[in-house]
Amino acid sequence: MDLNYTPQQNAFRAEVRSWLEANVPKQPLEHYDATREGFEAHRQWEATLKSGDWGMVTWPKEYGGRGVDLIQWLIFEEEYYRAGAPGRVNQNGIFLLGPTLMEFGTHEQKQRFLPPMAAGEEIWAQAWSEPQAGSDLAGIRATAQRAKNANGDDEYVLNGHKIWSSRGAFADWAFGLFREPGSERHKGTSLIFFRLDQPGVTRNPIRKINGHPGFAEIFLEDVRVPAFNRLGDEGQGWHICMATAGFERGLMLRSPARYQAAAAKLAALWQARKVNSRDAGADPVLEADVIRAFMNAEAYALSIYQTASRLIAGAKIGPEASTNKIFWSELDIHLHRTALAILGEEAELLPSAARLAAGDPDWLDDYIFSLAGPIYAGSNEIQRNIIAERMLGLPR
Amino acid sequence: MDFTLSDEQLMFADTTRTLLGDTCTPEHWRKMMEQDVAFDAARWATLAENGFTVLMLPENAGGLGLAELDMALIAVEAGYVALPEPLTESAGVAMPMLAALAPDHSLLADPKAIVAIAPAINPVVAYADQAAAILIERGGRTFLAQREDVTLVAAPTIDPLRRVFRLEWESTRAEDLGPADWGLAQDRAALFAAAQGLGLAQRSVDLAVAYAKERTQFGKPIGSYQAVKHHLSSAQVAIEFARPVVLAAAAGIGAQDTYSRARVSHAKLVALEAADQAARAAIQVHGGMGYSWEVDVHLFLKRTLALTGAWGTPAHHRGRVAARLLSRPTGPDQTFAREAANA
Repeated sequence: MDLNYTPQQNAFRAEVRSWLEANVPKQPLEHYDATREGFEAHRQWEATLKSGDWGMVTWPKEYGGRGVDLIQWLIFEEEYYRAGAPGRVNQNGIFLLGPTLMEFGTHEQKQRFLPPMAAGEEIWAQAWSEPQAGSDLAGIRATAQRAKNANGDDEYVLNGHKIWSSRGAFADWAFGLFREPGSERHKGTSLIFFRLDQPGVTRNPIRKINGHPGFAEIFLEDVRVPAFNRLGDEGQGWHICMATAGFERGLMLRSPARYQAAAAKLAALWQARKVNSRDAGADPVLEADVIRAFMNAEAYALSIYQTASRLIAGAKIGPEASTNKIFWSELDIHLHRTALAILGEEAELLPSAARLAAGDPDWLDDYIFSLAGPIYAGSNEIQRNIIAERMLGLPR
Repeated sequence: MDFTLSDEQLMFADTTRTLLGDTCTPEHWRKMMEQDVAFDAARWATLAENGFTVLMLPENAGGLGLAELDMALIAVEAGYVALPEPLTESAGVAMPMLAALAPDHSLLADPKAIVAIAPAINPVVAYADQAAAILIERGGRTFLAQREDVTLVAAPTIDPLRRVFRLEWESTRAEDLGPADWGLAQDRAALFAAAQGLGLAQRSVDLAVAYAKERTQFGKPIGSYQAVKHHLSSAQVAIEFARPVVLAAAAGIGAQDTYSRARVSHAKLVALEAADQAARAAIQVHGGMGYSWEVDVHLFLKRTLALTGAWGTPAHHRGRVAARLLSRPTGPDQTFAREAANA
């Protein structure tokens, strides 16, 4: 164990930092879920990142990355959040589908899909859940029927109803879970890509509790896609989705840096209010919660460094994906509840555009978003079942 | 940057698990409680024979010259068996302090010798009845008193396998060894308490899991019910996010700065909270049995209670985390910060 960065790692950090200082927009962008304009502004930022080769640093160079290891990825993320750079509009692509493609895709599929993903040219949504299949994902009904196109090439005809698709309102592509007609449960499923603007696809934005169209429901009616769009083998969809879910819950989706940056801002908020607010300053419970938020963020970071080191040494991500997901989602809610408690009588007030432009966190909106954490990427109840059954060996 | 344990460390931890698993079983606990003793001389001799008591002594003093991280891995295993003997406090804290103060002291030559330690921060001295001598902090100086030169007043404790004492002594009947690094000693002791907390926590979960697989109600093992599962999953999550903190605290303890102290304190807080959560969950999962003397879970609850208050209360340790948080740079690039680097 050596908890010191190498000179190369420090040099990498310096390089990331100086590029971000020169390139991060001075004014925060409108949220990518709020409007089409906000979404496109984030797409533009992804192109800027790509121009510096920072789109997805861990990917091989031939697929638009830099070929760096997971410790450098953590360093990149730390600098990214330290710089207050825009949220990653293509996170479903780069953090979830990307690593899955890397593991299960053919060379041709990687060449086709990864570089435009790294560049933000094609932005992805996930299309797994259905109205009747949430936590019980194996209950999906959407079908993929084998067919031939006019030239005699293999293709699929997709039909069904997907829901809770994050970025689904504005994204270009979706990766969906479908089943062979007549198949049941985990059998007969395939992971298939489709364009969200192609004939037969209808998407209806769903407003989140903050009013933004953050996700969508998607109707598919005889949507024809080439067999090339299937990832992995026919019938392997469930297996691949579980690997993706491992990335989603485990390492990639939620960087520790995100929470460390928020905890640092919380400490700053606390220190300012301690002096200026009679109520908050006299409340020792608040300070204990600020300390707790900091410790939680630190613990999550240390845990991820541990996992990254293990993966570099050749291990595979295991059930820690589920413990991680519970930990980051719960610490996020605690952190933001603490911020609102410190804000006290001002907690209900929407922040002014001027204050957001000055770099103040949007504690209220971030709090609302944190409430989704225990639900998406597999509800925390399901994660606790997974831990009990796969880590502890309790019966199903 | 490499947050992995070496093969040697993993092997050493494995060996320790086997040795303690064989020599400190529920039958051993039961027998000791029946006999009203909290020290097993045979087990201590085995630990000494296998080098555990000289682990952290310098090699020129006949020790193995290993570091806090190695000892912390041993302490996890000690916690897992609720080890009654003072392995971490004597071999991990007191003996290394004595070696630093008096490298030629005759006690260092005896691997079976036990030295108790009495920092100003603790109102009672643990294991003093088994000690050949006691290191005592007073007014910034360090005194070594022989066991026969002090009066020990037993302070009854709820943990049947741990003995603590109030100490009556005279500095005139003790050896003045001068100033010592009590900060380091306290950090080490807090770290090893945290590491034991990890072991205590895991044992509580494991005991409850074993019971939940066996015990049936409504025709099914109770471990198949989500309400039971979720108690134990939540405890396991707490363990998983205390463990890397303990390991990082152990690896960084040598810096002895605001950052390293805060990390030790963080480790002690969360590891013993995990142990507390796990012990209470285990009692709940065991139902009426969990509230009985016959089931072993109470031993883990009680040791957790003792270690939570010893070597700095939660309030003390929260204060040290606050000192780091509110007086030093924070943020995503500061995870492994050191005073020297920020000076």
